[in-house]
Amino acid sequence: MRALTWHGRHDVRVENAPDPEIVNPRDAIIEVTSTAICGSDLHLYDGVIPGVAKGDILGHEFMGRVVETGPKSTLQKGQRVVVPFTISCGSCFFCKASLYSACDNSNPVEKQDASEMLYGHAMSGLFGYSHLTGGYPGGQAEYVRVPFSDVGPIVVPDGVPDEQVLFLSDILPTGWMAAENCDIEPGDTVAVWGCGPVGLFAVQSALLMGAGKVIAIDHYPHRLDLARKLGAEVIDFKQTHVLEALMEMSGGLGPDAVIDAVGMESHGFAPDNLLDSAKQRFGMGADSAHALRMALMAVRKGGRVSVPGVYGGMADKFPLGALMEKGLQIRTGQTHVQRYTKELMHRIMEGEIDTTFLISHRLPLEEAARGYRNFHDQQNEWTKVVLTP
Amino acid sequence: MHRRKTDIVTVTGLAALAIGAAAVTRLMNETRNRPPDSAPGRTARQSRFGAYIVAGRTVTIDAPRDRIHAMWREPEQLARFMQDLRAVERGPGDRMTWVIATPGGDARIETRLVEDRHGEALAWRSVEGSDFDIEAKVQLRDAPAGRGTEVEAHVAWRPHWGMAGQWAAKLRRADPRTRGRHELKRLKMLLETGEIATNANQRNT
Repeated sequence: MRALTWHGRHDVRVENAPDPEIVNPRDAIIEVTSTAICGSDLHLYDGVIPGVAKGDILGHEFMGRVVETGPKSTLQKGQRVVVPFTISCGSCFFCKASLYSACDNSNPVEKQDASEMLYGHAMSGLFGYSHLTGGYPGGQAEYVRVPFSDVGPIVVPDGVPDEQVLFLSDILPTGWMAAENCDIEPGDTVAVWGCGPVGLFAVQSALLMGAGKVIAIDHYPHRLDLARKLGAEVIDFKQTHVLEALMEMSGGLGPDAVIDAVGMESHGFAPDNLLDSAKQRFGMGADSAHALRMALMAVRKGGRVSVPGVYGGMADKFPLGALMEKGLQIRTGQTHVQRYTKELMHRIMEGEIDTTFLISHRLPLEEAARGYRNFHDQQNEWTKVVLTP
Repeated sequence: MHRRKTDIVTVTGLAALAIGAAAVTRLMNETRNRPPDSAPGRTARQSRFGAYIVAGRTVTIDAPRDRIHAMWREPEQLARFMQDLRAVERGPGDRMTWVIATPGGDARIETRLVEDRHGEALAWRSVEGSDFDIEAKVQLRDAPAGRGTEVEAHVAWRPHWGMAGQWAAKLRRADPRTRGRHELKRLKMLLETGEIATNANQRNT
């Protein structure tokens, strides 16, 4: 089959790879019909996530048709499914508590050692990401082996176009969980850093959950425009002092809740950010936590901090004092996708949520490398790339 | 002038050494002679077990104690989660020979079952002439709040070639501590999900 593989910083290629087979009883093989490039794939593209190996097949947002099933799979050949990016067994302590991205049984045993050393505990397996999360071959390919296919995939009725439901695999539930982690009360002001796909879906979700005002922060005019169209007020950090503006726009209180939808590769010319980026470039395992630092400073006393943005290592100059003194609550984590797919599918079908506005470019899988380059270099116009094998 | 400079260096060096030694002595006194705490002995900062290395790990498995006990008693089941186990040969009485793949070739460990309390504990001890001097024990306890069973595996062994051998094995992830941890996690996967997670895309890789 053809698949997009990683070869190093800013080097991804579409090449031949062996077709996947059923390996375990609960597996299914999916023939991919649509797959997307995620903002977190750009962290891999930039080489700032540890544990990625040459030849790894990337991609964790995908859907397709079931072509083969293991004896314990509950799927049927021919069904159309969207596959969550988190691989979860559905029966361990964590899955039973709906903490699917903390599944104990999906990350291969020998892959758990490094993760235990780095994070204290091993996390669940993820498709097409680091070997810290299992090194599973991903979905930017013609076919994918889907383990625990009786737990993750959600069946899509015929007649519903791929693009309407594809983002149930990651970014829509991720934006939704980001807003849910804010415990929004009616009338709350919520500030969102980053108007990438997750930030935009967080804006949409926060408004649906009853926020009175959502303020979106970015520097790309087109992305800010998309946020505005969803109903957000916007701040362009290239022309405005963000902290001052947020205070003024929230009655001098500060936002009730803040969402860092940026993660470990913040943009901007703040001194802390330049230092972080330099350290990151030299492989010192540092995360660039500029957005999170600002969010902690901006949020009101006793406010809520939600972090869907991806971090992988360590951060310094972290405003721990603000976190403690202001009595903040912080909630974060890789998305527990399986917890949200059913409800969000229903909301899409009811027309409450539309995700198709995000897609700016559609390319054949063969041109995936060009998709990565442009999604990385031209973030103003390239807001989301969907690939078709 | 040159001589005096050397003296200053010597005196400063000796003073630094004295301060260092005092600090180490103080630290040692602080960690010794303390009333025992509740933690398992193998997690102690300064543990001595003679020539033996002791390691252990606890995992909670959502399965009844009987079922977990049975997994450790059946050679066919052992092979499902002990990846390096090439064969188990039953000997006379409670004797068993475990053939284990190691970086240096197959090792034969002949053991005696020294404890077998149904649903509670199992222990094996290697016999004279075995390739390894090793003792292993598995203890089963009900986990709180209906979470299943706490499985505590415990192994004590005398490393070949002393500590150097231990480090060499550890670097190749073939030491009993690493193997034991991996085996427990595989057992958990098998009992909780019916399979062992792998990222392999094909059956023969």
